[in-house]
Amino acid sequence: MEVISFVALAAGLMIGLGAVGACIGIGIMGGKYLESAGRQPELMGELQTKMFLLAGLIDAAFIIGTGIALWFATANPFLAQIANLPK
Amino acid sequence: MAAQGQEGHGQTAGEYIVHHLHHLQTGKQSAVADFSVVNMDSVFYAIVLGMLGCWLLWLAARKATSGVPGRFQAAVEILVEMVDSQAKGIVHNAHSRKMVAPLALTVFVWIFLMNAMDLLPVDLLPWFTGKAGIPYQRVVPTADLSITMGLSLSVLLICLYYNVKIKGPAGWIHELFTAPFGDKWFLYPVNFLMQIIEFIAKTVSHGMRLFGNMYAGELIFMLIALMGGAWALNATGILLAIGHVVAGTVWAIFHILIITLQAFIFMMLTLIYVGQAHDAH
Repeated sequence: MEVISFVALAAGLMIGLGAVGACIGIGIMGGKYLESAGRQPELMGELQTKMFLLAGLIDAAFIIGTGIALWFATANPFLAQIANLPK
Repeated sequence: MAAQGQEGHGQTAGEYIVHHLHHLQTGKQSAVADFSVVNMDSVFYAIVLGMLGCWLLWLAARKATSGVPGRFQAAVEILVEMVDSQAKGIVHNAHSRKMVAPLALTVFVWIFLMNAMDLLPVDLLPWFTGKAGIPYQRVVPTADLSITMGLSLSVLLICLYYNVKIKGPAGWIHELFTAPFGDKWFLYPVNFLMQIIEFIAKTVSHGMRLFGNMYAGELIFMLIALMGGAWALNATGILLAIGHVVAGTVWAIFHILIITLQAFIFMMLTLIYVGQAHDAH
């Protein structure tokens, strides 16, 4: 029972903290992109490619964390380990 | 879920996920890295999609006209020009570009097609193969760490090849020991260590990024399928059915962005890493 509750908490923290970081990062980057596009509109196309590239890079760590958290939440691997422990 | 339910052996949600995350393997995997086991489903779909991509591009090239292009030819031309302009901006060596730009195009098209398998309904192909007697099936090759790490290792080998080719064996070994900190004998071990760490980190993060995105996406599609599968079980089921359609639509539309973006990022990083192999320090 303890394992289930701890893993549930851990999954929440993994998704939540990852989302905090990724959202702050994307927010700062998107803001800077709009700022720079406002200053120099002729660079917009070039910057947009780079912004999407970085958005993908920032998002990746968060999505990986979400995937692992969802795996823990739906098919908890630690329960199997506990079942295999010598009594 | 529905398919398995009809066959008379009900599953819990966990069992459904575990079953769907199991590869069709040639043997039983005994360790985390077990090189005697082949994930046949990933290899099969990767080869089929690679051939499909080659065939599509070949078709466009064969039917190409210098007159007014049709829609298909225009689409392929936009794609080729996009990759070509990115390659020109990153790899400043016209001779290498003859090899690297087609490589980038192939990587982009192939990874895009493999990622696009995620947009098929999660139970569609496993259901068909299940009827044919094949117990396990995962249809997204890039959601398999073996495939993505294989791709990133191939990129590493190409980088090493260009390092030796452009700088010469002696020049490259000189760079391994003198960059990034400088040409002093007491800095040689630190420099070498840094270079090795850089190569390992680049390769691992290259493969893990693609794998993580596709794996998470696939898992979320499975959870949405589970939500739809549970609709007949309880009183508020109709809400679950509606939620299933809404969530599936939203996630699939968002996923179109993700699969294109991840294929694009893999292509860009391939170009950047090969470009780094051309830069002398």
